[in-house]
Amino acid sequence: MAKATPSRTAARGSAAASPDQVPLRDPVLAAALAWLIPGAGHWYQGRRSKAVLFFVCILGTFIYGLYLGEGRVVYASMRSEDRRLHYFSQLGAGLPALPALVQAYRVNHGKDPIKFPIWDRFMVPPSLVKKPVEGDRRDAADELDELQKTLNRYFELGTVYTMVAGLLNVLVIYDAWGGPAEPDMPAKKEEDEEASSEPPSEPSG
Amino acid sequence: MQNALLLAVGTNDLWYAVPLVIVISLVYAATRHERTDMILASAARIGTWICGFMFAIFLVLALMSWRL
Repeated sequence: MAKATPSRTAARGSAAASPDQVPLRDPVLAAALAWLIPGAGHWYQGRRSKAVLFFVCILGTFIYGLYLGEGRVVYASMRSEDRRLHYFSQLGAGLPALPALVQAYRVNHGKDPIKFPIWDRFMVPPSLVKKPVEGDRRDAADELDELQKTLNRYFELGTVYTMVAGLLNVLVIYDAWGGPAEPDMPAKKEEDEEASSEPPSEPSG
Repeated sequence: MQNALLLAVGTNDLWYAVPLVIVISLVYAATRHERTDMILASAARIGTWICGFMFAIFLVLALMSWRL
């Protein structure tokens, strides 16, 4: 995915960009904002319609994924029995994925996880302590087993939705930093067309 | 008959792909273009391409699992 360098460098830092250029203001700050809240970087750059599109699409996908997984599909865990590598792509969604880090920190340090109003164990890494299960063929099951059993396919669906949201936001961050991959330049196209229709000038002298 | 039943069950799950296809098409197109009309046109192309790709994979899997 090659970026059109002339367009973004010409517009970078300039207050009044021509219509064919994308005003990127401070691209690093815009990228940081875009990571923190999907669409915020574009809002800061004044690209309001794209900001709304990204905010709705990415946050909507992330929240729907959380809803499908009842708040348990986004969690940070690097335990040998449960390496949650999915979290790295979920982290791309920024602020909405950060409570998982807080919850993981609290659990790892023997503190009670923060209780959220809708889901008690929101983004809490599942306990891996096996407990006996009555009336079940299995001898013992940990919380992750139970989650897989109760949520069934919604555990995977929620994971996919939240991962896709995070990965899409990586594209959005790149767009906030470097501008669109294929900048639409109607003004330049018209100039090119005019230049090609004009007869070649005769050499002087 | 069994294949048809399995297909019917799987089709239900496929509805979960629809929002994803729409969101991926729109966001990807919006990172490539700046003008709304071009974003929408590109999103429609990408969405069609994804659906076509999924259908091709479906055909391959259906052929591979024929009479299993």
